[in-house]
Amino acid sequence: MNHWIIAPILLPLAAAVLLMFSADRGLRLRRIINLAATLGVLAIAAALLDSTLDGAWQTYAVGAWPAPYGIVLVLDRLSAVMLLLTALVALFSLLYAVQGADAASRHFHALFQLQLMGLNGAFLTGDLFNLFVFFEILLIASYGLLLHGGGGARLHAAMRYVVLNLAGSGLFLIAAGVLYGATGTLNMADLALRVAAAAPGGDALIRAGALLLLVVFGLKAALLPLCYWLPETYSAAAAPAAALFAILTKVGVYAILRIFTLVFPAAAGDWLLALALGTLALGTLGALVSRNLRTLACYLLIASIGTMLAAAGLFNAPGIAAAIYYMAHSTLVTTGLFLLFDLIARQRAAARDRLEPAPAVAQPALLGALFFLAAVAVAGVPPLSGFLGKVLVLQAALAVPAAAWVWAVVLVTSLLLLIGLSRAGSAIFWKTAAPAALGAARLPPAAVLPAALALGTSVLLAVLAGPIGALAEATALQLLQPAGYIESVLGSDPMIAVTGTGR
Amino acid sequence: MEMMVASAIGILTACGVYLLLRGRSFPVVAGLTLLSYAVNLFLFASGRLQTQQPPLILPGATEFADPLPQALVLTAIVIGFAMTAFVIILALRANLQLGRDRIDDPPPGDGT
Repeated sequence: MNHWIIAPILLPLAAAVLLMFSADRGLRLRRIINLAATLGVLAIAAALLDSTLDGAWQTYAVGAWPAPYGIVLVLDRLSAVMLLLTALVALFSLLYAVQGADAASRHFHALFQLQLMGLNGAFLTGDLFNLFVFFEILLIASYGLLLHGGGGARLHAAMRYVVLNLAGSGLFLIAAGVLYGATGTLNMADLALRVAAAAPGGDALIRAGALLLLVVFGLKAALLPLCYWLPETYSAAAAPAAALFAILTKVGVYAILRIFTLVFPAAAGDWLLALALGTLALGTLGALVSRNLRTLACYLLIASIGTMLAAAGLFNAPGIAAAIYYMAHSTLVTTGLFLLFDLIARQRAAARDRLEPAPAVAQPALLGALFFLAAVAVAGVPPLSGFLGKVLVLQAALAVPAAAWVWAVVLVTSLLLLIGLSRAGSAIFWKTAAPAALGAARLPPAAVLPAALALGTSVLLAVLAGPIGALAEATALQLLQPAGYIESVLGSDPMIAVTGTGR
Repeated sequence: MEMMVASAIGILTACGVYLLLRGRSFPVVAGLTLLSYAVNLFLFASGRLQTQQPPLILPGATEFADPLPQALVLTAIVIGFAMTAFVIILALRANLQLGRDRIDDPPPGDGT
């Protein structure tokens, strides 16, 4: 058993405990602990990804209780990719936070590590109820991070966010109860076998449980009818917290990818594709009417969720590969966007990030270039990764009957996003009311670095599109072989498990 | 007994959802609490309703109570209890700081 599999959960937990006990010590100590732990998680995630490249599934039975009785962690390519993505997003957010934004509350660093622990656990677990527990951990940490910095708008947004997610947790438990009642197991691999063994056409209870899970994951991912919470919440959060939250919605996307390929293949069916295209359209319209940059970033995030879930909703190998590539691109770029928009807001005095005439920013060349890079990446203009991701999505869509819809929505929304981003860019950088104040504070290079690094990954993703695309394709192919996952969790003769514990 | 448990879950859920849709924070918190009671009962019932049976598979026993849902309910209760405490504190702070209690109001001006 490879004990490193549980390290991405234990290391942040240990760091969080240390950080809680050092809350009264210096800020410097907490920054060092947090940075060291985040770098450690990044290194472990990279090593784990490397170990999954042979295409095997690795399992870790917690407490050495054999599946399906105990909880298992399962590491495959998708889990490893998500771990690496989480660690990168965390590193960029943290590099920004340690330059002063973390001083507003004592427990920022502890909550940050708890958030990482919840995220990593959700990506690794092979048990449905354990997934619920890790969802709760990451949500509780996100409530705290959302409130970081205080203020009325944050309290108001947090209250709604907490109530909505508590209702979502209730639904998750109901879905878990329905599935347990109908199948007698919560281990995902075991669940997959029993769902497949149920009467053809499916037990109505099982289908109800599956669609309830889609609702819960849709709420986390901000899928169309359940996405209205996102702009208010994320635009209220402090910049480093919002940048970290860029990975939070991907937990929903990951859970949809995992559960609806492994346990309920074809149960989400056309629902997901239709809702995802709607999400993309709504996010785009929202981006067109945003009146400040933070709201713009939130709607761009919603649009990107729509794109990747539309690709995932095709449920074929090229579609899922496109979803994974696009997820890597959009998560990192969204992190960069939240950081960049905060930098711009810091230089515009009273106007902050509102799209209205104001004194020019002090460093228009630097910030303008980064904004241009971000806009090219987000809108999907060649040559950056957004373009490649959208091409992959369009190519994958050719195989399904709804191809015309996918092509029309993706292409029209790309044009509209380009218009929206041009409008925002010209309002910020060109329609200035006055030249920059002489004494306006210039940003130190270190402050710009995290945003530049996060946006720069778009260039890297485009340059390395060959190997990364191949990895995404291999990940998709692995995901579409649920038999391998089940065998690695339950052993080579899993039917014994089905009959042996029959209720 | 099935009928009683089922109607209890149904009534609790209905009341919980009704209160959750109210605009003020106190009914919303009460609604969340009722909803979590309903969810806990439901989880408990997912292991089938048995009385006076051991939660273990003893040699020769034909009937047993499923211990797993009880463990799940315990976890759900702990999490639900902590979250209720958190949401009450949050509601109190929001009430004191914003001077109002409705959570369906538009957000306050850019007060950050």
